[in-house]
Amino acid sequence: MASANNSTTAEHLMWKGGIQPMKVGYGKLMMWIFLLSDTFTFSALLVSYGLVRFSFPTFEGLRKNFEFSNAWWPIPERVFEAVPFLHGVSAPLVFVGIMTFILIMSSVTMVLAVEAGHRRDKADVEKYMLWTILGGIAFLSSQAWEWGHFIHGTEEGLTLANGTKVFGANLVQNQYGPPAFADFFFFITGFHGTHVLSGVVLNVLIFYNAANGVYEKRGHYEMVEKVGLYWHFVDLVWVFVFTFFYLV
Amino acid sequence: MAAAAHADVHANEHDHAHEHHEQSFIRKYIFSEDHKVIAKQYLISGIIWALIGGFLSLVFRLQLGYPGIDLGWLKPILGERWFDDTGKLDPNYYIALVTMHGTIMVFFVLTAGLSGTFSNFLIPLQVGARDMASGFINMLSYWFFFLSSVIMFSSLFVHDGPAGGGWVIYPPLSALPDAAPGSATGMTLWLISMAIFIVSSLLGSVNYVTTVINLRTRGMTFDKMPLTIWAFTFTAILGILSFPVLFSAALLLIFDRSFGTSFYLSDIYINGQALPNQGGSPILFQHLFWFLGHPEVYIVILPALGMTSEIIATNSRKPIFGYRAMIFSMLGIMFLAFIVWAHHMFMTGMNPFLGSVFMLLTLIIAVPSAVKAFNYITTMWRGNIVFTPAMLFSIGLVSFFVSGGVTGIILGNSALDIQLHDTYFVVAHFHLVMGSAAFFGMVAGVYHWFPKMFGRMMNATLGYIHFWVTIAGVYVVFFPQHYLGIAGFPRRYYAYTGFDFTNKYQDLAELSTIAAIVVFAANIIFLFNFFYSIFWGKKATANPWRSNTLEWTTPVEPGHGNWPGEIPVVYRWPYDYSKPGAAEDFIPQHIPFSATPESNLEEENEQIKEEREIEGIQFNHSIPD
Repeated sequence: MASANNSTTAEHLMWKGGIQPMKVGYGKLMMWIFLLSDTFTFSALLVSYGLVRFSFPTFEGLRKNFEFSNAWWPIPERVFEAVPFLHGVSAPLVFVGIMTFILIMSSVTMVLAVEAGHRRDKADVEKYMLWTILGGIAFLSSQAWEWGHFIHGTEEGLTLANGTKVFGANLVQNQYGPPAFADFFFFITGFHGTHVLSGVVLNVLIFYNAANGVYEKRGHYEMVEKVGLYWHFVDLVWVFVFTFFYLV
Repeated sequence: MAAAAHADVHANEHDHAHEHHEQSFIRKYIFSEDHKVIAKQYLISGIIWALIGGFLSLVFRLQLGYPGIDLGWLKPILGERWFDDTGKLDPNYYIALVTMHGTIMVFFVLTAGLSGTFSNFLIPLQVGARDMASGFINMLSYWFFFLSSVIMFSSLFVHDGPAGGGWVIYPPLSALPDAAPGSATGMTLWLISMAIFIVSSLLGSVNYVTTVINLRTRGMTFDKMPLTIWAFTFTAILGILSFPVLFSAALLLIFDRSFGTSFYLSDIYINGQALPNQGGSPILFQHLFWFLGHPEVYIVILPALGMTSEIIATNSRKPIFGYRAMIFSMLGIMFLAFIVWAHHMFMTGMNPFLGSVFMLLTLIIAVPSAVKAFNYITTMWRGNIVFTPAMLFSIGLVSFFVSGGVTGIILGNSALDIQLHDTYFVVAHFHLVMGSAAFFGMVAGVYHWFPKMFGRMMNATLGYIHFWVTIAGVYVVFFPQHYLGIAGFPRRYYAYTGFDFTNKYQDLAELSTIAAIVVFAANIIFLFNFFYSIFWGKKATANPWRSNTLEWTTPVEPGHGNWPGEIPVVYRWPYDYSKPGAAEDFIPQHIPFSATPESNLEEENEQIKEEREIEGIQFNHSIPD
């Protein structure tokens, strides 16, 4: 913010106490520290995923001969290849690519909202917050659809060694591969989805406050920036989740 | 124009902050946002938990010292079903007692009770702030802790008994509710309680770090901060980075327990029946757990070491020896804390090469630890030592830290660990080095800062009795356990009778038990002293220990905002004790060098010209919070 630079304190005194050395208020500092902490939460989950994933064999044959089995880890592009309304069409990773695009675009609109906040342009903050909220909801809805498809499974299902047929995946069984694959998929994307959901709730609060002129009255739109940090973090985490679950 | 509007807004806020208005009882003492009140809330909660945790240990110590002893008289407190007709303790309940003792002492007493009390109390007072960065989040932190306490306490009385998987709650035992009574409802409550505890710890730590960064008073540079503040900051960072990993581990465990997943489960039979869970890894949980679990022991000991530095320097009337070395050794300990976790897992069948890597890293911790121990000793060396109870307990901490630390070097060796793993040797080691040492640090802190907390002094004579009985008692409790461990006594066993090689050591176990009872009794004296002195102790003076740090420049009982007028400016480090040339044997931090020409060193005379500059620093109110 323009006004943040109007301090009379010389640069060489910034770390001598009595002033915010990094020129940020405590709220933003706390958000940064919290995000650092949350990084470790997600890292723990992703490392666990990696450890279990590589304790299973990968499919050895040619890619075109791949079939689902509990004996090896599935190839993700064969699992996630459905797109709404295009039944029977194989479009590997297209839908999740769209989801990722939506989430990243919502980060862009969040940046625009923060920037509008710096200009203290109430109308623009509202506009871009609304777009961000929309992006978040679109992402969550897409994820719900993807979960739904993953849970229902394909028409063929999977025939187990004892002859029973399994359709779709849940926390106990999985037609696409070892149950551990579904366990981690549900847990990690679910945990990330919960973060997105709380992000959407925070965004709605920010939008509501901005629309009611709370920040205008307060004289700054710092809250937009703080929640923006959280939103970008959730996006960044998704990039890692996407990489590890869908690409690797 | 915008800037002008800002300035106005903030000027108004500023005025509001200084307006004095009487708060209601509830806002002042219960849902308080004042760091001093929150600190006292943590302290009282910690003391209550320590009593419960100590009591539980006495119950199982009685069983260990006198196998099969009639404990039926405990039925009204602990419940009918845990004792048979002869009053013998139920083995399942025994392991639950051990679990709860560990959990309560590590998390609720030595993490929340220690960090929660002293970080909250001392950070704003010693860095020169009116309160924590966010009083509201601070309050939230305490009440999350309170909620988690209530859940953990209630788990003591559920039908199947409290959690019984050890404080480390290893799966598969903890993941299968049918595996043992201690894996049923009690374990569920344990996990819920810990998840909430982690939230509380995070809220607290975030506040501590932010306050230290943003709210230091003018002149309080990082190299003028008391070592207490350094220790609390490092502790907070450790908590911020390691607790979330336990959070993840606990969530995965909850899913394994309740929703049929197999994160930690594979190839398990219960009563000859194969479970469907396949593909998980119980070792994974151990990695995740110890990634928190190891830093956790430093979360416990670092604040105690920080307070000890302060108390020893003050009462030796000497500058702390190696101020920077102290900071860097704590930094080193903090860093190493994250990369040694697998030394708890040498016996899990991990690759011996990996074992030697973790062994090497573990043994390196001896270096910064030794730096600290030697610095304490050299600080006391030829000092004018004042043996206050706080000082005695600090010296006691150093003693425990050394005698427990040397066994750490033995245990850190992956080859020796084959013999000693999960024996009483381990129990003796960690009870000395982090249990008793941290406890002594906490007690020392209470004796030392009691005058600032309650405006009264604690009785010194009772303090001396408390100290001598406790230090002797603790050594008698734990020293024999080294021998038991080397002889091969496993920890967590219900009884040792029935094996020839263990029978002959029964007298040592009995000795431990008797000493434990004596130590517990000595701490009742402390409790009496504590509560009596709150109301009827001798009135304290403003600076009873003639100490340098800022908290002693506040009124005897600091009100809301800590300093009635302006916050003092800091000019010097906090360890100017017995400075040659000075009239008094201490020069507090807020005395400018320009006022002490008789004792200044050359480089300090240089700093005189900076004093005006530092006094002129203005908090930037235009930066939004």
